[in-house]
Amino acid sequence: MTQRISIVENILNANDQIAAQNRILLNKHSVFSLNFMASPGAGKTSLVERTIQGLQDNIRLGVVDGDIATSLDADRAAAAGAIAVQINTGGQCHLDAVMLHNALISLKLDELDLLIVENVGNLVCPASFQLGTHKSILIASVPEGDDKPYKYPGIYRGVDALVINKIDLLPYVTFNMDYFRKGVEILNPGLVTFPLSCRTGEGLDHWLTWVREQVAGA
Amino acid sequence: MHELPITESILEIALRHARQANARRVTTIYLVIGQMATIIDDSVQFYWDIIAKDSIAEGAQLLFKRIPASIQCQVCSLRYSPNQDDFSCPDCGSSKIKVVSGDEFYLEAIDVE
Repeated sequence: MTQRISIVENILNANDQIAAQNRILLNKHSVFSLNFMASPGAGKTSLVERTIQGLQDNIRLGVVDGDIATSLDADRAAAAGAIAVQINTGGQCHLDAVMLHNALISLKLDELDLLIVENVGNLVCPASFQLGTHKSILIASVPEGDDKPYKYPGIYRGVDALVINKIDLLPYVTFNMDYFRKGVEILNPGLVTFPLSCRTGEGLDHWLTWVREQVAGA
Repeated sequence: MHELPITESILEIALRHARQANARRVTTIYLVIGQMATIIDDSVQFYWDIIAKDSIAEGAQLLFKRIPASIQCQVCSLRYSPNQDDFSCPDCGSSKIKVVSGDEFYLEAIDVE
């Protein structure tokens, strides 16, 4: 005899529960955390380096780097002066809460004030998997084109701040900032946005000030 | 690409509830997925056939109920379906909007024997 069992359970419930545990662990050690998401090549690691360089005099910084393969990004973060852990996802297109949990327990969290999690370069999958970090940051970049908010609405809707990197390239590529920003505004009204260039340093001060405020207010 | 972990979650939830009910077999799984959730039904079905094998959910039918995206304008209260490249209100043009439905992502029920 067939019987129907009503369930109504979020499919990513297991991940979300681990994410909640990660948040508790981070709070227990007073570590403020950011989840950097972006397409490959947008400048996640460059922004990690710039953030380390800009803040390390006052803030103890750790980095968890997610990549399908290699430790190139963690090496760059370590060279810039942070405590860095590399997670290799072995093909998986995003970090999930369990992977971050395993990285967290390998870190001396008491020795950190700020943890940056650099997600796998991808504008789709990372948006679906909560990690337990305090704020999600999306790094867009000018050469990607101004249509990305329209094409990847999920990730634009779910973030707490937006960095627009590589603004030094605006004179050389077709990028309508008004069209881009209109798309962002519709998906995420009032989203705090930082146009900057990791290469020239333009606009970085505003970003660093914001991160400092977030760490201080946490 | 993230359909594999999602499919594993679906199996885990279904098996857990089937065991609690002392079921011998899971025959149907009812999934509710919003139009804005990035998941491809065919990929889930493909993984399902592999990972559910040899479990009591082997051969279970996956039914996807897709919920259309619906947006409400926070200025004039109009409720509408979003346009492909413009989510702003078709009536007053405002971008102060709220997604009312389309984000659903849950397992609603299972049929067991």
